[in-house]
Amino acid sequence: MENIKVNVTLDAKGLACPMPIVKTKKAMNTLEAGQVLEVQATDKGSKADIQAWANSAGHQYLGTIEEGDVLKHYLRKSSNDSSIERKHPNVTSNDELEKKLDANENIVVLDVREAAEYAFNHIPNAVSIPLGEIEERLSELNKDDETYVVCRTGSRSDLAAQKLAENGFSNVINVVPGMSAWTGKTNTLNK
Amino acid sequence: MAFKAMTSKEVTKKVFNKENLFVLDVRNESDFQDWKIEGRNFRYLNIPYFELLDGIEEIMDKIPADQEILVVCAKEGSSVMVAEMLSDAGLDVSYLQGGMKAWSEHLEPVKVGDLKDGGEVYQFVRIGKGCLSYMVISNGEAAIIDATRMTDLYLEFAEGIGATITHVFDTHLHADHISGGRAIAEQTNATYWLPPKDATEVTFDYEPLEGGIDVTIGETKINIHSLYSPGHTIGSTSFVVDEKFLLSGDILFIDSIGRPDLAGKAEDWVGDLRESLYTRYRELSEELVVLPAHFMIIDELNDDGSVAEKLGTLFEKNHGLNIEDENEFRKLVTENLPPQPNAYQEIRETNMGKINPDTEKQREMEIGPNRCAVR
Repeated sequence: MENIKVNVTLDAKGLACPMPIVKTKKAMNTLEAGQVLEVQATDKGSKADIQAWANSAGHQYLGTIEEGDVLKHYLRKSSNDSSIERKHPNVTSNDELEKKLDANENIVVLDVREAAEYAFNHIPNAVSIPLGEIEERLSELNKDDETYVVCRTGSRSDLAAQKLAENGFSNVINVVPGMSAWTGKTNTLNK
Repeated sequence: MAFKAMTSKEVTKKVFNKENLFVLDVRNESDFQDWKIEGRNFRYLNIPYFELLDGIEEIMDKIPADQEILVVCAKEGSSVMVAEMLSDAGLDVSYLQGGMKAWSEHLEPVKVGDLKDGGEVYQFVRIGKGCLSYMVISNGEAAIIDATRMTDLYLEFAEGIGATITHVFDTHLHADHISGGRAIAEQTNATYWLPPKDATEVTFDYEPLEGGIDVTIGETKINIHSLYSPGHTIGSTSFVVDEKFLLSGDILFIDSIGRPDLAGKAEDWVGDLRESLYTRYRELSEELVVLPAHFMIIDELNDDGSVAEKLGTLFEKNHGLNIEDENEFRKLVTENLPPQPNAYQEIRETNMGKINPDTEKQREMEIGPNRCAVR
């Protein structure tokens, strides 16, 4: 399968417990909030431990891909996403978006989470452009489309919606809360 | 202060002797909840090692100064790290050598009795997992019953007492642990016996073990008399050894009885289980010493670490043998069952010879308690 884009990759292959977690913790300190770390490990126990560690440390565990003997764990560094006040005026709920998708309405779903978050779980046919890449990739979108922006909690999508509006997109709706509470159809990677 | 390794054997001794021990288990909370070192006078603190990477100050006040301390993790690495930190902070601590992996594999041989001609019966207590296997020795020959996959230990033990292994039995197709029976039989050219009704899908040759078969160990006719006792599995077979010991497999335990659902046949086999426990076993002498294939809780251990009780005593005290009403019995063994053992389908397929996982995978499949009983 193709590689998932990440900010930092940590090689912890061949290391036994506790070293994969010790190294992960150190590597995480070098990341900026919201960035994604890939940890490659061969210790089978690292899967459960990295998940539990991420939960306790407040980081987001995205998932694990097994490739032969190598486990590739994906983590996103904690960010204070949800504490930011949302500013984009046009907002809708998960339920409303789900209804529109079920009715096959002519809409675009734009997922602005990191590529790794998108890889593990996303709404079918959603377009993936991480928040940090929005400005340089505006040309991939159509200004007149009815565009629903999603992220995990509704904060990054708020920022993305503001950016789109500033750039002349007329019909942009922020979906709140977004994927953290999404119960509709998704495409997923087996974790 | 120093820190040192404690072996599974040393911990086993503490369990048998009901000693005090403070167990600092640094595995994940879910792993600890699922399965831990059990001792009647053991106390526990569970803090995952990854919560302690920045230091152990926060837990120092939870660790008693006046008790022996053992740090435990899955495979040893994290417990060494934490033990070192505690030792740097001035505590005298040990870590479990080999971690829970070694604990799960430790077998402690305990003599459970003599045979009429001077032979002996040994019980191998797999203390971490609750599996019990047996060696019957007479006149330089030995039979092994319900062997675990740690086959070297049986071979070394037999060699140590100068006995040749001639017969290997499995009372049934196990679902909670990987049998070492076939491997031992292959290495020693012993005869491998398996109940044919449990062996319909096996991929190897075996000698069909059915009710009424007598096998002689040694020259003086130590009798192993088999008794068909279905219920846990359809083939489950018990043994009466030397008219003194009843090896009950997974049909009857000290404080519980077998569960009929691990092959997916709870409803079909509940009648067999009742017939075995309430009719066939009732016809046996109450003086027989019951030697089961498992214990479930540490309270089932006798003072010497053995797991054995007279059949008559079990008829009095074991709740599962004292349910008059058939419907109530049916309910007990088909409803509210404990969770099924880890990877029990894969374990059954391994014991049938259908799959051949490597040792590391086998370890992983067997992690956790055995859960073969209903109480």
